[in-house]
Amino acid sequence: MQSVLEPSAAAAGPSWRERLAQAVPFLVLAPSLAATLIYVFVFTGWTLYISLSNSSLLPTYKFIGLKPYADLWANTRWNIAYHNLFIFSAFYVVGAMAVGLLLAIVIDQRVRGEAIWRTIFLYPLAVSFVVTGTVWSWLYTPDTGIQLFVRSLGWSNFTFALTTDRNLALYAIVITGIWQSSGFAMALFLAGLRSVDQDIIKAAQIDGAGVFRIYARVILPTIAPIFLAVMVVLLQFAIKTFDLAIALTNGGPGIATTFPAIYVYDLMFQRGQIAQGAAAAIMILAALAVVLVPYSLWLVWRKRREGKNG
Amino acid sequence: MADIALTRALDPEAAIAGRRYFRSRTIIYGLLTIFAIVYLLPLVVVILNSFRQLPEIAQNGLIAWPRSFSFKAWVDAWSTYCVGGTCAGMQGNFFNSLKLAIPATIISTAIGAINGYILSKWKFRGSEILFGCMMLGVFMPGQVALMPWAYILGTLHLTNSTYGLILIHCVQGISFTTLFCRNFYVNIPDDLIKAARIDGAGFWRIFRKIILPLSPPILIVTVIWQFTGIWNEFLYAVIFTSGREQPITAALVALSTNGTNVRVYDVMSAAVLIGALPPLLVYLLGGKYFVRGLTQGAIK
Repeated sequence: MQSVLEPSAAAAGPSWRERLAQAVPFLVLAPSLAATLIYVFVFTGWTLYISLSNSSLLPTYKFIGLKPYADLWANTRWNIAYHNLFIFSAFYVVGAMAVGLLLAIVIDQRVRGEAIWRTIFLYPLAVSFVVTGTVWSWLYTPDTGIQLFVRSLGWSNFTFALTTDRNLALYAIVITGIWQSSGFAMALFLAGLRSVDQDIIKAAQIDGAGVFRIYARVILPTIAPIFLAVMVVLLQFAIKTFDLAIALTNGGPGIATTFPAIYVYDLMFQRGQIAQGAAAAIMILAALAVVLVPYSLWLVWRKRREGKNG
Repeated sequence: MADIALTRALDPEAAIAGRRYFRSRTIIYGLLTIFAIVYLLPLVVVILNSFRQLPEIAQNGLIAWPRSFSFKAWVDAWSTYCVGGTCAGMQGNFFNSLKLAIPATIISTAIGAINGYILSKWKFRGSEILFGCMMLGVFMPGQVALMPWAYILGTLHLTNSTYGLILIHCVQGISFTTLFCRNFYVNIPDDLIKAARIDGAGFWRIFRKIILPLSPPILIVTVIWQFTGIWNEFLYAVIFTSGREQPITAALVALSTNGTNVRVYDVMSAAVLIGALPPLLVYLLGGKYFVRGLTQGAIK
């Protein structure tokens, strides 16, 4: 297959029929390859160009430089969205990993009915963010949800009104996000725990190390790459947060739980400020790149190193 | 473990160890139970409320033992409830989602299988680099593609139609499906392919006779991943469709922000379950494959 793209050098080369047969794989791949490359490169370039234009209600292609970006960063709502993203990411990633790790370690203790427990902890992942957000928004509503329930148990001063408090609404999204994603962290951690060489654990046990010590010193360090993978994936979820916040708080109260993805949607399709919306979309892409580029480089580096060490 | 404990029943050290074992088991199952309750609570609440009557929900709140029972909310949610002027329930939106998710899943999986086959067994100069570029599609945030898609759908007259969404999900799905299939096919020994080629089998024949029969595990993973992902997708659904053309996710949000007056929790619970059931069923039936898709999609 080396020579598909080059004309055959030999005069008595393969017949056109053979050459066609050789080109088949590339010809079959070409349409979907082209579609994907357009999607990745042309779309990104297109949006990047719009973000440097004076587009408002409709995209126009008059280049005005970085002004949309300046407007974006001068906008209070964008700054709140950006700030929210940092806080949300931190709590959500750490929370989901902590819960996921705890569940994975507990399930790893040879519990009965492992499949049932795993099914319970993972099912939120099959359900959409819209469904999750809608249901949790009901549970957070003080006069119908958790607050009412706890009060009906007799604790009449109990308050649990996260979504109506502009300082706390973000944490309602954090809790729901953790609820939804910790099963994912659990599944990956559990796979990691199962892959640890049993001989190393046995050696540590013979040396008299306790369970906690074995986990802290032996098992968890060997699955460090999985921590990183889980973190990167969860950060990606966090940066793309849109459905969950829309369904749960719709960005409110006020603009307290705006996220960058909501801002893009709003500016492009509600307010007709397409250039600034495109600039915000590019910022989301940049945030993803900040997370993913170092991670991919690290993966490549690790692969090379493993290759060298045999 | 059990018979060892029996033979040493009189050993005091073993008794302490046994007690400690019992205590640690209690903690383990206690933790699992608490977490299971938290995880199941929202689901149980929605299921119960979809069978309760609204006056009772209004009186006792959402989290309460049902004292009434009726199928009315399900009937309303499915066929008669009014959202934005049309009173046909969610059934239209449910079928929209099916009409979207099934073709988009089949097409993108088929393309992914063929692409994966080419990129693992028919490599050509530069194919690895092209594969790397295709993988960038996995990470693309939807927001970056919004304006281009709006333009393309507008030009093709596919706005506010299921076909437009099918197109979007096919193109965006190719990166994922190609990745899944390619990584699976790489592990099929090349000798199998070489032997078949020596026997005169061509590109398609090898695909049909060798690759496809080995493919069911990865095809199930891919189909589950694509179906649940497309069914649950919201951003494109809400932007490029409206009213009767909306898939179920967008319709659910329209339904819950629709509330001018009292929230109809009974009908909304049933509606939410109608929207959640297909992916939940897929998850329960193909759980093992669902998890495999997750771990592969995440790490690679």
